Amino acid sequence: MIDSKALDPKFKLEIAKEPGGEHITRCFSCGTCTAGCPVREVTDRYNPRKIIRMAILGMKKEVLSSQFIWLCSSCYTCFERCPQDVRIPELMNAIRNIAVREGYLPPAMRIQLDLLSSFGRLLEITEFESDKRKDLHLPSIEAKTEDIKKILDHLGCRREEKTEG
Amino acid sequence: MGVGVKKKPKDSPFTAEYVLFLGCTVPVRAVNYELSARKVAERLDIHLGDIPEFSCCGYPIKSVNHYAYLLMAARNLALAEEKGLPICTLCSACCGALAEANHEIQEDKNLRKRLNEDLSKVLGKQYEGETRVTHFMRVLEKDVGEKRIASEVQTDLSSLHLAPHYGCHITKPTTVYGRVEDPENPTSLDRLIQMTGAHTVSYENKLQCCGGGVLAIDEGVALSMAQSKLDHIQARQADAMVLACPFCNIMYESNQKKIEKVAQKEYKLPILYFPQLVGLALGIEPDDLGMKMNRIKTVELLKKINRRAA
Repeated sequence: MIDSKALDPKFKLEIAKEPGGEHITRCFSCGTCTAGCPVREVTDRYNPRKIIRMAILGMKKEVLSSQFIWLCSSCYTCFERCPQDVRIPELMNAIRNIAVREGYLPPAMRIQLDLLSSFGRLLEITEFESDKRKDLHLPSIEAKTEDIKKILDHLGCRREEKTEG
Repeated sequence: MGVGVKKKPKDSPFTAEYVLFLGCTVPVRAVNYELSARKVAERLDIHLGDIPEFSCCGYPIKSVNHYAYLLMAARNLALAEEKGLPICTLCSACCGALAEANHEIQEDKNLRKRLNEDLSKVLGKQYEGETRVTHFMRVLEKDVGEKRIASEVQTDLSSLHLAPHYGCHITKPTTVYGRVEDPENPTSLDRLIQMTGAHTVSYENKLQCCGGGVLAIDEGVALSMAQSKLDHIQARQADAMVLACPFCNIMYESNQKKIEKVAQKEYKLPILYFPQLVGLALGIEPDDLGMKMNRIKTVELLKKINRRAA
């Protein structure tokens, strides 16, 4: 049951201000996104039409604290098919960006942030990889870049500020 | 812009010139992709330069902080701009992430200004929006072309029946890539496979996503998505799957054993990177294409074309 007093009618406007979330209010709930969604095909925990509806209704806390907003695989199938050009994968990212700012960062994403901050890459180039490249006569690559840490620090994307989602 | 046509300096002896963008996955988990792409490029007079300072494209952080993603992408784009060369990626997600960021930066003057203020303050860099981004598959398709590749074929691959897997970020979003081909009915990879003389196999739900995008969040969901495609391809008895993205490969090759265990069945479906296939057709030795590094063994497949890895 939805408690209308607990709804935040401004939530959709907050999302619309976020890069990627601009088209949220165009959604007329046709369900084209959900019908063609490859994630929805294997689990009913992800349902883009439902998430967008919840967001438009103002169910801010339920949406931001949910795991389902993280289940979009960014395949862009719905992006291409949506008759209202809601740009759902970008919209999901906009909602996720807000969720992170509100303190809901999934552990998996925190690990990725740590790795990017440490190496500038998701997968570390160890001595093993560097030696292998030499053996195979492949050009060497910089195993570690400080630049990404500098970017993340500059923007305040530090892991200790975040809590689990 | 997104995926473009040939661009090279006027006095270049090459068919095309790019800087190769490896991203995170290729140098650690898909060296066979890199090796085969470089060999094929060399054979077809495509110069792939290198920038050791390239980092992650920025894609993983897009969902956490959009602006941080743009800065990471812009840093990579700026490094290529300094060299005056377009970027060629092997990973489709890198291609999408860099092309999308580029599109946003090129379209929005105010955003570009803000990004440049930060780039200059934090890293002492500037990005003017001049770098083009494309994928190695588009380079073969657009710059080299079917005729040239077909004319260079040396090995008969007509005994092979192969299932193309396009993945998502090679055709979509069309707002960034333009309509290089119909995202609901792409044909480029089919044509590339046919160019080598091999046959393509059509199968149910061909455009299905590999699930890689949710692997870190929910492994079960991701593996179910990948399993469904392996089932559909197995039903058509293809000799192998051919793909163009190292992350799709993680789902279908690196995780194939795991999926077999969960599904209680056997696939043993070899997964080829498209330059491995093109390389075989061009007569390049399997070892030089990194065939030995394929986790699902390709021995049977190579036997079919009278080849073998050492």
